[in-house]
Amino acid sequence: MRKLLLIAAVLALAPALASAQDILIRGARVHTAGSAGTLENSDVLVSNGRIAGVGKGLAAPAGAIVVEANGRPVTPGLFGGLTQIGLEEVSQEESTADAELKLEAPAWQHMWRPEFDVTPAFNARSILLPVARIEGVTWGMLAPHPADSLVIGQGSAVTLDGRFDAALDGSRTLYVNWGSKAHDASGGSRAAQYMLFDQAIREVREPGGSGSAALLMPEGRAALKAYLAGGRVVFFVERASDIRQVVRYALKNGVKPVIAGGAEAWLVADELAAAKIPVVLDALQDLPSDFDRLGSRLDNAKLLHDAGVPIAFTWDESYNVRKNRQLAGNAVAHGLPWEAALAAITSGPADIFGIGGAHGRIEKGQSADLVLWSGDPLEVTTVAEQVWIAGNPVAMQSRQTELRDRYLERLKSGATR
Amino acid sequence: MRSFPAVLCAVLATACAAQPKTPSPSPAASPAQPAAREPFSSTYKASPSPVTLIRNATVLTGTGMRIDGGDVLIEGGRIKAVGTSLAAPEGAVVVDANGRWVTPGIIDVHSHLGVYASPGTHAADDGNEATDPVTSNVWAEHSIWPQDPGFETALQGGVTSMQILPGSANLIGGRGVTIKNVPATTYQAMKFPGAPQGLKMACGENPKRVYGDNDQFPSTRMGNVAGYRQAFADAKDYMEDWKEYDAEVAKYEKEKADGDKDAVAPKPPKRDLKLETLAEVMRGHILVHNHCYRADEMATMLDIAQEFGFKISAFHHGVEAYKLADRLAKEGVCGALWADWWGFKMEAYDGIQENIAIVDHPEGGCAIVHSDSEEGIQRLNQEAAKAMTRGVRAGFDIPPERAIRWITANPAKALGILDQTGTLEAGKMGDVVIWNSTPFSVYALADEVFVDGVMLYDRAHPAAKPRSDFSL
Repeated sequence: MRKLLLIAAVLALAPALASAQDILIRGARVHTAGSAGTLENSDVLVSNGRIAGVGKGLAAPAGAIVVEANGRPVTPGLFGGLTQIGLEEVSQEESTADAELKLEAPAWQHMWRPEFDVTPAFNARSILLPVARIEGVTWGMLAPHPADSLVIGQGSAVTLDGRFDAALDGSRTLYVNWGSKAHDASGGSRAAQYMLFDQAIREVREPGGSGSAALLMPEGRAALKAYLAGGRVVFFVERASDIRQVVRYALKNGVKPVIAGGAEAWLVADELAAAKIPVVLDALQDLPSDFDRLGSRLDNAKLLHDAGVPIAFTWDESYNVRKNRQLAGNAVAHGLPWEAALAAITSGPADIFGIGGAHGRIEKGQSADLVLWSGDPLEVTTVAEQVWIAGNPVAMQSRQTELRDRYLERLKSGATR
Repeated sequence: MRSFPAVLCAVLATACAAQPKTPSPSPAASPAQPAAREPFSSTYKASPSPVTLIRNATVLTGTGMRIDGGDVLIEGGRIKAVGTSLAAPEGAVVVDANGRWVTPGIIDVHSHLGVYASPGTHAADDGNEATDPVTSNVWAEHSIWPQDPGFETALQGGVTSMQILPGSANLIGGRGVTIKNVPATTYQAMKFPGAPQGLKMACGENPKRVYGDNDQFPSTRMGNVAGYRQAFADAKDYMEDWKEYDAEVAKYEKEKADGDKDAVAPKPPKRDLKLETLAEVMRGHILVHNHCYRADEMATMLDIAQEFGFKISAFHHGVEAYKLADRLAKEGVCGALWADWWGFKMEAYDGIQENIAIVDHPEGGCAIVHSDSEEGIQRLNQEAAKAMTRGVRAGFDIPPERAIRWITANPAKALGILDQTGTLEAGKMGDVVIWNSTPFSVYALADEVFVDGVMLYDRAHPAAKPRSDFSL
């Protein structure tokens, strides 16, 4: 049996996808983010990249790496939110950004390309990935940036372990912009957003009906058709009255809506709960940033959770997806139960985006996406001490840690210049 | 001070104290109207407050000290004493802070509250006069909307003072203003009495993008540098013109006194508001706050400062400050930094989470955690906690009593108000926060926030908290 310290040496030789070795994490506070809740002084056994057992006093199989947690917390790998990680390297540098489709249609001629899917543009070698994953973020939901269309495009959940084929099955989602943020894409009125959607739906159901003024290409009709048959569509929408309308509109047209943003979702929490509509929100949104968000408040997450609305957290800067757990901690400070806050960055989003059967919980059979923390995982003074994705230990290094080590060395030797 | 006679300062003690650094040959300064207020000067007056004794807290003084079981006595709006087992004066309000933490009021050296207010409307988009690369003539205070709800959410995060700066579109963006975070109808009633103004300058990508993308000057970093240098060179000439004028006035006064009836009064040079600001910078009356990400550009700016004889108070957003930490400490320049922002543009590519700890480390190092964000300003304590954690993990000895300086004493120093606030020391303003736990926690909340001894925020009484007109 070898100890944790050897992992680094093993890693130096191992590509990300080497067949995973059995691992026993022993004596941890296991936050399962599942129905078992938190298990004190428990073990997690990892075999073939999956969780093979959770419980007390598990035996280490021959040749397994044993990690002594000594009471430290272990959680599932964290959700990096709706993100452009791997789609943009330096967001303000255009040559490195692939997250938005600029159609540049004239203002009087709308054009929709729901078939635009950012997933193939994902760069598994992005320097943002190690920065995120050494902080415990093991997956994220790729989302295109809104450009000049109401329908933004599609994206999938991706694992952040560096594999090229990173998309996770069953997670593909269509994104739609709604409310004042989408004014420019709807002729300056949110009322026209329903009008345009009516037209697109009719084009799907009665192809050719719109003649040369059609919003959709044949590929676009095919793409949208799938979503009108119970597909998951994220609506970026903030204002209570818009949330209510868009949910009703989506359900009427066969779409499974997810609310993203949802600054005023707490005002319609009961309706959302009754229809089981999830909300993906920024738990730090408390200012009336615009007239769609006048009702912003710090206990939005708590109020939604209390009403029974499934929630997840998202932070919208791809370079800083690691901040998502700080959002969860702040939500706790403002009334959300701790376990619910952890779920909102683990099992909650996994369920919302269709991968909950394989990711997001520490349960037998799940992918071994795990994080060993120095303390309370939601606390800002805590760091991730070791991360595993699909049972592989992550090299706890990034370009940032390399820069740090280089300059700390120069500082020591007095060689700064 | 040019054209602001010393004798007038003596008469207008308040006005001069409020704004001693800015000469203004405006009509109000004429000796014929001695009662007039200096235009734009502070009208802030602390409300009367009770004598308050905060008792038995973990006190971080901001001077690097931690007092367990500590007391803080506030009297007449000022800190009267800090220590243990202080006696409660008769009639004092005694606050039992057992199990809680007390710090100086938090100070943000870099905010755009009021100038980029919430809600973000086209009508109130007042933070960048992006029509000329040098707009040292504009003052951020003239864009402040005091009803920005961001002030009240910042107060809930313990922020008692902040500098409001113009944006970074320009090489020289204009004057910044330091305010006390008090609800008011006018910005003058928020203005920190006696605080020097700041000058916002910006390195790198922003100015050259804003102008270069329109085929205007500057479009390169070398263009940026030429722009700063020309502006200060012009200001030097301007100072000379006024010096000559002052000499001519003296000569004229003497001739008149000697009975020369033909003496002709000299004509003053035309006032130039841009150059006037830069002249005040070179006289040391306005403090330079320089948005500058890259270490090499900071070094260039230090050379420019040397060339024209001014001092840079702080580099803001210096994500590469860690590469130059020794030099910054040696030259007494603060680094106003983020805990973990990086990578959103090329000049932010080399950000590391140990930046603040490394800048803090050398003898004389002055690290500041700043926000530049209406969200970040609400939880500077958490940002400091993240930076402290990274520093400790990297092997630096950074206890909370040291890290608290990054959001209290050090920003106060960079703003030139450390003699008034930023630490819990006798005689300073009663700007104090009581936290429900260590402030270095994601769960920490400010329980009570005092500004000049007045309890402006009390978490236990949410109905009484300040609410801007807009928030109704």
